[in-house]
Amino acid sequence: MAVDATVAPTTARRSLGEVLGVVFGPVGQLLAFIVGSAVSLALIVVVLAFILSPTQPDIMQRVVIILPQVIIDGLVRGFLFATIALGYTMVYGVLEFINFAHGEIFMIGGVVGATVSFLLVSTGTLESIPPLVFVLLVILVAMAFCGMLAVTVERVAYRPLRGAPRLVPLISAIGMSLILQDLARLVMTSTPLGFNARYQTPNFGQPIQLFTMQLGDRSVPVILSPRDLIFIVAATIMLVVLNYVVNATKLGKAIRATAQDMPTASLMGIDVNRIVALTFLIGGALGGAAGALFGLRIGTVNPYMGLIPGLKAFTAAVLGGIGNITGAMVGGVVLGFLEAFVAAYLSIFTAGNFSGAAYADVAAFSILILLLIFRPSGLLGEATTQKV
Amino acid sequence: MTTSTSSQSLWQRVTAPLSSGPAAYGFLALYVLACSILLVTNPRTELSTDVVFVLFLLSMLVAYRSRVAAWFKVILGVFALGVVLPYFGTLNPFYIDVATQAGIFTTLALGLNVVVGFAGLLDLGYVAFFAVGAYAWGIFSTPQISQINPAWGPVDPVMFYPFLIIGLILGLITGVLLGLPVLRLRGDYLAIVTLGFGEVIRVVANNLDRPINITNGSQGIRAIERPPLIIVDQIRNLGVVADDNRLYQLFFYYLVLIIVLLTVIVVARLKHSRIGRAWEAIREDEVAAVAQGIPRVRMKLMAFAIGASFAGVMGVVFASKQLFINPPTFDLLRSINILVMVILGGMGSIPGAMLGAIIVTMLDLQILPRIAAVLREAQAAGAPIPRQFDPTQYQRLLFGLLLVVMMIFRPEGLWPDERRREEQHEIEIAEEELEVDKDAKPTSPNSGR
Repeated sequence: MAVDATVAPTTARRSLGEVLGVVFGPVGQLLAFIVGSAVSLALIVVVLAFILSPTQPDIMQRVVIILPQVIIDGLVRGFLFATIALGYTMVYGVLEFINFAHGEIFMIGGVVGATVSFLLVSTGTLESIPPLVFVLLVILVAMAFCGMLAVTVERVAYRPLRGAPRLVPLISAIGMSLILQDLARLVMTSTPLGFNARYQTPNFGQPIQLFTMQLGDRSVPVILSPRDLIFIVAATIMLVVLNYVVNATKLGKAIRATAQDMPTASLMGIDVNRIVALTFLIGGALGGAAGALFGLRIGTVNPYMGLIPGLKAFTAAVLGGIGNITGAMVGGVVLGFLEAFVAAYLSIFTAGNFSGAAYADVAAFSILILLLIFRPSGLLGEATTQKV
Repeated sequence: MTTSTSSQSLWQRVTAPLSSGPAAYGFLALYVLACSILLVTNPRTELSTDVVFVLFLLSMLVAYRSRVAAWFKVILGVFALGVVLPYFGTLNPFYIDVATQAGIFTTLALGLNVVVGFAGLLDLGYVAFFAVGAYAWGIFSTPQISQINPAWGPVDPVMFYPFLIIGLILGLITGVLLGLPVLRLRGDYLAIVTLGFGEVIRVVANNLDRPINITNGSQGIRAIERPPLIIVDQIRNLGVVADDNRLYQLFFYYLVLIIVLLTVIVVARLKHSRIGRAWEAIREDEVAAVAQGIPRVRMKLMAFAIGASFAGVMGVVFASKQLFINPPTFDLLRSINILVMVILGGMGSIPGAMLGAIIVTMLDLQILPRIAAVLREAQAAGAPIPRQFDPTQYQRLLFGLLLVVMMIFRPEGLWPDERRREEQHEIEIAEEELEVDKDAKPTSPNSGR
């Protein structure tokens, strides 16, 4: 966060134009990266298909048919990683510490969402409320619960360790993550939710047909499911609001100041502990919302689903430059696209020898490892020197 | 404060005469003998035997800490671990299995202790090296090898012994290969990358049944060979009636015991060598260590590779003992399991890592099932316990609690490394009084590691 903190203007109030600038500037940057990575990855697969087409004549058609769907999938994955990655990056910005338990906050968001939908079903109100109200309800409850949970976790497991050597809070966070996993499992298996909790939703209506693609003699419809649409819209709104809070409010200024230099910030009259708690609240709420949306899209949640998305979101945060809020969004989107393309095209290009879905995880972690070796500061980060 | 001080001195008044001088010899001999007799005369699996078993293992710890001659400790150790425990194992195979398992994990904990404790590199993918060793023996000793190349057949079971060395080398190589790219990273990044690497190994093992079937995917490898028993005929000639499974249990027990001993010797020598001191310097202050001319990357790489090689050897033993391996055997929880052992015992402390390994294994295999049985009885009597709750299924919760509680209240572990304790005392010299009633009121962890 420290790196993209724009120098605060000396005037107390900003004009509307400035506010719009700081809020939508990062969103524009995000959009540029979305378009850029989608186009460049699409070009890569098309070129690969072209190279392989002499040996496999139908490969070009197979590649192009699924291309729009892969791009939509990449977008959804990207927003998922972006919303989780924000929690990692904000906490890292303030405390320089990897909040390993954040993946579990995401998982609990999903479980809370499933609980809300279960309660609605058992009281018989699910079908009678409009889908939009249902989505809002689920997201808001998950955000509130997970925000509070993240603050509690910080208070219990991290605050006593502030100032300890680096590995100590990290180990504590790993422990916290295991505790949350099993507590969620305990609650789920001893209630009617079950280990694999079904996530019942009202009927969201028919898939939306965006357009049809003409491929020679075939016409391929490009479909956006309502759940994907909900995901993308909700995630976009959250990202914009977060940008507003961090870049255009007094609170955001306090957060950025704390991230830049905690002792000095506290000398300037900022209640640092409150800001740290708030950071966890915001990060946890975003993670919880992401979990609720993820469950909504997938249809079931289980207590162990947080680890892998959590790790990937961390990868995304590093990819964008950890500590950098815009970077986390950009990193999430880029990683989402990469993963969607690997998942969809690996088996096509290797003639079915390697299953794309299985190796997508490997791809994500390989990116993390390569990135940390060659550009540890990430896409948008600046190189930092170690303080002695 | 006063009460805790007086109880401390009371404890010391009781233990002081028993930990040195002629009384110590008598006390230790009596203690070990009493436990041995109790074990051997009552070999059923029940709570009292569990308690005696724990006391029996505890006797080794007490003997280690007493001020008696080294030869006496060795005699006690050989008697207890080399004679009584295996004999008890023939009466009740469950306990020898626990002991073997504890031995395997002791080696792993010692290996991880080199990486995490000595060099200060948090490795969350340690089980990957274990998997490499296990899969090496699993693939080469079974018809699985023919899947890779039909011209190859499984190796002779006697090749198990050279494969211990091959497992070591494979672990070493994997350690270097993983270490080379990632060791330039800062501590917390390293943890995440090794975790990712551990997951990658598991995913790869799960999916390498295509295009060439190397690992047999999620099905795992079955019917892994055990080495031929060399002196089995001589034992049978003595009139001992024993089936193969019992003999193999004893065989693996002794094998693991020998490997643990070798590991302890190697690790202890390393710790006090030039290399060990270099690791410690890097751990305490990397910048200062480099300024003193310590080759940072080479030293870290060495720690990584040495730690990995122990896991490689044990992987071979483990595969052969279990007869069956599959990818979930080597998941993240297993890495965390080993990490908990190291942290519980005390990072950087050799007896600590061993103590941690034994405690965690016993928790896993004995204490949790025991609690589960008690809970089931309570449930049958009508206590309000949810039917699905089974403590043996909640290892994550237990490990998680252990990690968090240890980090907050006792980051130096149950049996801290002496040098680390000295460092701490240097800092806390003014808080000496607080140190005394540490159990009652934890001091700030900021000064500990």
